[in-house]
Amino acid sequence: MEFGPHLILAMLEGLVQASVLTLTALGLSLVFGVMRVVNVAHGEFFMLGAVFAWWITSLIGGPAALAFVIALVVAPILVGLLAVAADWLVLRRVEYDPERTIVATIGLLFIIQQVTLMTYGPDAHPVAPPFNKRFAIPWFEFGENGFQMYWPWGLSTTTYKLFVIFGAIVAGLGLWLLMARSKLGLILRATQLDSEMAQAFGIPVERVYAFVFGLGAALAAFGAVLVVPIQQAHYLMGGDPLLLSFIVVIIGGLGSLRGTVVAAILIGMSDGIISVFFTPTLAKIMATLLVAMVLVYRPQGLFGTNAE
Amino acid sequence: MAAMTLLSARGLSRSFGGLRAVNNVDFDLAEGEIRALIGPNGAGKTTFVSLLCGRIPASSGRVEFLGQDVTDLPAHKRISAGMSYTFQITSVFANLTLFENVALAIQPRLGNANLDQAIAAALTRVGLQDRTDQIAGDLAYGHQRLLEIAMGLGQQPKLLILDEPTQGLADGEISAFKSLIREVAAHTTILLIEHNIDVVMALADRITVLNFGEIIAEGKPDEIHANAAVQSAYLGG
Amino acid sequence: MNRALALHIGLIAVLFALQFTLPAYHHGNLARIMVLAVYAMGYNVMFGYTGLLSLGHAMFFTAGMYGMGMATRLWDVPVGPAFLIGVLAGSVFSLIVGILALRTKGVAFMIVTLMFSQATYLTILLFNDVTRGDEGFVIQQAKRQVAGIDLSDPGNRYLVALALFAIVLLATLRLVRSPTGRVLVAIRENEDRATMLGYDVWRHKLFAVVMSGTIAAAAGAAYGVLFGTVGASFAEVPFSILALLYVLLGGPGTVIGPFVGTLFMFYLRDISSSFTDAHLLVSGIVLVLLTLYARRGILGIVRERWLKWLP
Repeated sequence: MEFGPHLILAMLEGLVQASVLTLTALGLSLVFGVMRVVNVAHGEFFMLGAVFAWWITSLIGGPAALAFVIALVVAPILVGLLAVAADWLVLRRVEYDPERTIVATIGLLFIIQQVTLMTYGPDAHPVAPPFNKRFAIPWFEFGENGFQMYWPWGLSTTTYKLFVIFGAIVAGLGLWLLMARSKLGLILRATQLDSEMAQAFGIPVERVYAFVFGLGAALAAFGAVLVVPIQQAHYLMGGDPLLLSFIVVIIGGLGSLRGTVVAAILIGMSDGIISVFFTPTLAKIMATLLVAMVLVYRPQGLFGTNAE
Repeated sequence: MAAMTLLSARGLSRSFGGLRAVNNVDFDLAEGEIRALIGPNGAGKTTFVSLLCGRIPASSGRVEFLGQDVTDLPAHKRISAGMSYTFQITSVFANLTLFENVALAIQPRLGNANLDQAIAAALTRVGLQDRTDQIAGDLAYGHQRLLEIAMGLGQQPKLLILDEPTQGLADGEISAFKSLIREVAAHTTILLIEHNIDVVMALADRITVLNFGEIIAEGKPDEIHANAAVQSAYLGG
Repeated sequence: MNRALALHIGLIAVLFALQFTLPAYHHGNLARIMVLAVYAMGYNVMFGYTGLLSLGHAMFFTAGMYGMGMATRLWDVPVGPAFLIGVLAGSVFSLIVGILALRTKGVAFMIVTLMFSQATYLTILLFNDVTRGDEGFVIQQAKRQVAGIDLSDPGNRYLVALALFAIVLLATLRLVRSPTGRVLVAIRENEDRATMLGYDVWRHKLFAVVMSGTIAAAAGAAYGVLFGTVGASFAEVPFSILALLYVLLGGPGTVIGPFVGTLFMFYLRDISSSFTDAHLLVSGIVLVLLTLYARRGILGIVRERWLKWLP
């Protein structure tokens, strides 16, 4: 394949990754932004989304499309409710102390992961996509015969991958509408700015926190359900999304939703390109060191502005 | 009496965002005096002394202590050089015993040797000698303030900065405090931020008045008492 | 004050006596527990006393283990000097990590240490032709000799583990009762106030990190020598969390706490392994319960209720 079509293909694959990453990272960022806590179990909520999707689709059977749509709605809700329960039972009781919350969510990470191992098992399971038509993408070229359109071999994608991108955009817009345009969003932003003041104005901060924690987990789960027909569900699949979300949230500036989206698209897109040049292990080493160095030298994120 | 200058500041400023909390202040402190720093709430008193002892870096200006430019020294080095700062909001080590609290103040000077006697002496000076093994956080508020002062004294500083030391003290404790300060002043220079005007009048050799981050008056207690600018700053001119 | 010293020497004496009475299985376990407790004691200097919550302590253990292991494997260094190379590797590594990570505080510090540790683990995997990656490697019995003493023999192994444990236990006791130890506690309790008493907080923190990292590296190197295995699983995140768990359970900021935590946790996992392979489940549950209900750990509670003098 020539360079042009190859690049288009890499960008399309990257865009699919970026879409899912955006949702997962938005969840983490939302929780950090409003509640000022880091949820280390975030990747496990992602994993649960995928596992629930498998569970729901295999339970329902019938036409793949119907089962998938149900999973797309039900799995994030279930994961969200689980997260609300975790918030109510654990996070609320450690009073959202930043350090204790991290330690507690590490505990939750182990618990969720190991319980999944004990029930769902160590194997990966696929989920059938609702539709999956492969189609070729045309390419243009100015040759001897002037302007020409042709279909290079290998330059193709599937309708389902386009649907993943579409689904992420819809969910992202939904979140934006919720935050910017609804009364609930106003409450969330007020809590984010000053939780004590919000409390004084009669906002039930504890319930807001529970909701936000649930919503954050549900966003990750939604991303996971979208990606599971491409990726398969496995009990250890939460690690990479957690690391990548960390990178995105930290580089985008902690708690900034706009920065998160920009960083997620950038990193999701470049992930595919980086993996062409480096082994996955080396790429991950660079990613972890990048996170560490950004925190050490530019804690406000690469795109954030200095608070002082 | 040409007393030596212990500390001097020139053009000292600090802004937070757009707000100038301390604006271009020149300030001299003679060795051995008791200086009171007064001014309405939000005048920048705490910020100003924080600039002197290095808790907050200055936006511009210089600070000299004992004839040396300390502007670029971090707080802990200024403290080692002989400053001591007691916090406005009581900030003793609440989970540690009084013994440990005072030990932390004294050990840079004495190491582990003779620490017990020195701690007992420091606590005796403020009348807390019977509470050596209590946890500091369990003390009444007034006693915590006294512990702060004991820690400040334990450092044997050349300059003792006290940020509202009598806040929350009972009347009896205040008079004990006054005699303690007079005693200490024999070999220590004292810079005192104080709201209680009786304490100020009773103790201070000189008074500096800060308003909106600038010095609006400086002089002996009776001069300040008569000063019109001070009156209007307090009464809202 | 000397009842504290007596208590700690008493503990060492009890551990010495136990070698004659314990059945082989528990005898072997206790040797391992003592080495792991050294790892936890290192962590305790940083987290329990200085208040620096690191999530990546495994990297220092690993530095010691691989520093020692690489030296014997690649250059045939005898295990005695190789052990020292491992310890030194840990000191240097913790110095570098400390200088970088201590620019951050609180949550950022936790994440930075987590990331450095993860990068260390991945680096071991990356160079798998020399480190043998995930599989790790074995240090042959023939090499595990110091001055003619066979360290793979269970009896000798127990004594060496006890010696290391005793040295580190008494060294930590001495440290925390010294003026420096007092400053570390002051930094944990109120950093700003410690600065305003004239202490160089940054330098003390760096000291704590290096001290802590060096002790952890000694544990890692000793583990490799005594049990003959060097493996990347000791560099993974759960092993870092294990240090946190041992200290949280035993009592952060108590000298014996790490040992008590390691002992309990080791047997808890040992017992649970008979009915589930998901051993991390136990860690997870204990972690959540500790954060919720017992932040001071076992000895922290003992100190609060009964033994106020416990260091």
